[in-house]
Amino acid sequence: MEKEYAISMRGITKRFGQVVANDRIDLDVRWGEILALLGENGSGKTTLMNMLSGIYQPDDGEIYVNGEPVYIQDPKDAFEHGIGMIHQHYKLIEVFTAAQNIILGLDGEKMDLRQTNRKVREICQRYGFDIDPEMKVYDMSVSQKQTVEIIKVLYRGANILILDEPTAVLTPQESVRLFQILRNMKADGKAIIIITHKLHEVMDVSDCVAVLRKGEYVSTVRTADTNPQALTEMMVGHAVTLNIDRPRYPKPEKKLIVQNLSVVDGEGIRRLDDVSFTAYTGEILGIAGISGSGQKELLEAMTGLMATEPGSSVRIVEGAKETELIGMSPMKIRRSGVGMAFVPEDRLGMGLVGSMGMTGNMMLRSWRKGRGIFVKKKEPKELADKILSELEVVTPGTDYSVRKLSGGNVQKVLVGREIAIQPQVLLTAYAVRGLDINTSYTIYRLLTEQKMKGVAVVYVGEDLDVLIELCDRILVLCAGRVSGIVDGRSATKEEIGLLMTHAGREDER
Amino acid sequence: MSTLVSLITAAVTFGTVLMYGTLGEILTEKSGNLNLGVEGIMYMGGAFGLAGAFYYEKAAGAAASGPAAIILAILCAFAAGAFASAIYSFLTITLRTNQNVTGLALSIFGTGVGQFAGEFMRLSEGGYVALSNHLKDAFSASIWPQALINAPVLGNILFSHTVFFYLAVVLAVLMFLFFRKTRYGMYLTAVGESPSTSDAAGINITRYKYLATIIGGGISAIGGMVYIMTTAGCVWNHEGLSGVGWLAVALVIFCMWRPLNAIWGSVLFGAMMIMYLRVSLPFIPTEIYKILPYVVTVIVLIITSMRNSRDKQPPASLGMNYFREER
Repeated sequence: MEKEYAISMRGITKRFGQVVANDRIDLDVRWGEILALLGENGSGKTTLMNMLSGIYQPDDGEIYVNGEPVYIQDPKDAFEHGIGMIHQHYKLIEVFTAAQNIILGLDGEKMDLRQTNRKVREICQRYGFDIDPEMKVYDMSVSQKQTVEIIKVLYRGANILILDEPTAVLTPQESVRLFQILRNMKADGKAIIIITHKLHEVMDVSDCVAVLRKGEYVSTVRTADTNPQALTEMMVGHAVTLNIDRPRYPKPEKKLIVQNLSVVDGEGIRRLDDVSFTAYTGEILGIAGISGSGQKELLEAMTGLMATEPGSSVRIVEGAKETELIGMSPMKIRRSGVGMAFVPEDRLGMGLVGSMGMTGNMMLRSWRKGRGIFVKKKEPKELADKILSELEVVTPGTDYSVRKLSGGNVQKVLVGREIAIQPQVLLTAYAVRGLDINTSYTIYRLLTEQKMKGVAVVYVGEDLDVLIELCDRILVLCAGRVSGIVDGRSATKEEIGLLMTHAGREDER
Repeated sequence: MSTLVSLITAAVTFGTVLMYGTLGEILTEKSGNLNLGVEGIMYMGGAFGLAGAFYYEKAAGAAASGPAAIILAILCAFAAGAFASAIYSFLTITLRTNQNVTGLALSIFGTGVGQFAGEFMRLSEGGYVALSNHLKDAFSASIWPQALINAPVLGNILFSHTVFFYLAVVLAVLMFLFFRKTRYGMYLTAVGESPSTSDAAGINITRYKYLATIIGGGISAIGGMVYIMTTAGCVWNHEGLSGVGWLAVALVIFCMWRPLNAIWGSVLFGAMMIMYLRVSLPFIPTEIYKILPYVVTVIVLIITSMRNSRDKQPPASLGMNYFREER
C-alpha cells in the first residue's frame, strides 16, 4: 500500500445479524485532502466510519493507515493511529468543562487542567476556533459543542479526521466558518472525511466524493469532475429530478390568522414575542430561523401544547366563521373539528409511540371512536394498510414496532396519519430532518399535494435551499420575533440568512 | 444540654450506619448503576460481619484481640456486600437486565440470606450469638483518650464515637478527593454521565462499572455490620436493620451524590431516626417521628428539582444499561 494514502480500506464487510450494513467496501483518502462520503440513509456510511474509529470491528477486509495494515480494536487504537471521529450526536459529558471533556480518556499525561487550557488555546489559535476551555458544556450552543469535539480529536494529535454530518445542526454562517476551519486543517496536511447528505456542501468543500448505496461501494470521483445531478444518480441508483414542483393554487384565502402571539417559558424567558402572520389556503408557508429562535414554541402554542401570554390570538377561518384556538386544550381543538394536523419535530417522542405498530399509532387519532370502553381496530388497521402501500413504508407488517423502522419510514407513518384526517392546516417541524434524498422528495411531494387540495401548510425547515424551492412564502424568525416574510419565488439565501441573524443583535440572550 | 449532647451522640451512632450505606451507594450510582439492593446488602453485611467476629473469637478464645475482630468484621461484611453486588453487576452490566428489577430482587435475596445466616448462627450456637464483653467494648469504645472525651462542651460530641464513625468520615473525604482530584474519579463520573461518550474516549466502561458497584456494595455492607456491632450490641438482631438500606438510597438523593454531604446528611437522618426515643412529645405518635427522614427526602427532591441546577442532578445515565452496538 502506498504512503500517500492516509487511509485505505479494502473489502470491508460488516453484518448486524442478517443485515449486511457494509458489503466489500473499498475506500482511499490521501493526506491533505477532503473526501466527502455520500449516500442515503442506511447506505452504511456511519457504520463504515465507526469501523475506522474502533466502535465496530469489520467482519472481513483490511484497513491500512499510511500504508501499514492495522487492526483497530477499540477507540483507543484509533487514536493511536491518529484517527479521530466527530460523531453526529456529540459525545460530550454535559457537566464537565470543555477542557475536562478534551482530556477524557487520555491516560498518558499528568492531569493538569491549567496546562490543558493553555494547549487548547494554542489549537484554537492555530486553526481559528473560538472557545473558552473552562466553559461547561451545558452552557454551550450546538456549534460550540462541535468545536469542542473537533478540538478533542486535534488535541489527541489526530491527523485523520472523520466528521459525521457536521452541518446538520449549524446555521449557514456557522457552516461557512466550519468549512474554513476544515480548509485550514487540510492546508496543514491532514486527511479529512466528511459524511453528508447536502450536495451543495459536497461541491463546496470536498476534493473527492465516495458514494455508497445500500451498503455497497459505488465509486469515487473527483469533485471537480462531477455535479449534483450525477452524484444523486450514483447515490440513488437511478435518475431523479432534483427540482421541486411548485404549482400555484388558483384562489388562496385566509385560513390561519396569528396575531400578537407571545410565549414566556418556565424560566421567564420570552420565547415568542408578538408574532403575527396569516397563512392562506393552498400555500406552503416556510418558517426559517436559527435553531431555537422560537420555531418549536410557535407550533406548540398554535396546537395548544404551550401556554401563551394574554393578548395572543390564533384563529382558523372557515368561510365566515372564525375559531379562536388560544385557551383550548389539544383535545378540545381536535373536537372542535378545525382539522389541525401536526407533524412534530420529535417523531418518536411526540408524534408516535415507538413500541406500538402502525395500527396502534393510527389509533392515537381515533381511539375515542370505539364503543364504550372498547376500541375499534378495524378502521385504523385499514388506514395503516393504506399508508403502508401508498407511501411505500418498508416494514414487516402493520404490527411491527415503529421504533425499529428507519427514520424515513417513521416519518412516512407520521405524515400519512396526519394527512389522513384531511386537515385544513398542516403544521410540520423539520419534516425531512435526517431523511435521505428519496424520502425527502416524497415528503415534499406529499406536502405540495396537500397544498393543492387547499390546505394551509406550515413548514418549519432548516435547509434554506429547500425552503426557497418548496415554499410560497417564507417567514423568518429571529430570537422569537418575525424579522421578515419574504416571497419564496424571489428570495435569495443571503437575504434570508441576513434576516435570521438580524433582530438578534440588539438583545442577544 | 445533656439531652442535646446525648441526642447528638446517638444520632452519630445511627448516622454512622447510614453513612456507610450512603457512601457505598454514591460510589455505585456514580457509575450509572442504580443498585436498589442496599437493603439486602446491609443485611448480609450485618450477618456476615457478626459471623466474622464471632467465629474468630470462638477460634481464638480469650486471646482474641479487639482490633483483629474489628478488621475481620469489616472484611467479612465487605466481602458479603461485594459478593452480592457482584451478582448485581453480572446481571445488569454483562447480561443487561433491568436495574430496578434486579436491585429489588437483590434486596429481597440479601435480606433472606442475611436473616438465614443470622438465624442459623443463633440456633446452631444454642439460641444466642454474642461476643464476649471485652470484644463488645472494642467495637463500641472511642478511639480517643478519656481526657479528650471529658473535655468540656465539645469533648463528648467530637471524641466519644466509635472507630467506625471516624473511618466513615475519612472514607467520605477520600471519596471527595477521588472524584474531585483524580483522573479515575473523573472517568467514573464520565461513565455515569454518558457511557457512550466514555466508551468513545477509550475508557473501559465495564471495568469501571463493575469496580464501582462491587466496592460500593462492600462499603454499604459495612454499614449493616456497624449497626449489629454498635447499636444492637454485637447480638444478632433480625429486625433492627429493616428499612435502613432504603433510607441510605434516599440519603444519596438528599446528598446530591456528594460524599461530603453524606457526613452531615447521615447524622441529620440519624437524629431524625432516633428522635422518637430521645425527645418524644407525648401527644405526637412515634410513627410521625419515624416518617420524618422520608418526608425530608421528598422535600429535598422538590427543592432540588425547582432549583434546576445542572450540577445537582443525578448521573445522567443512572438506571440505564449500556450496550455499545445498540443502534
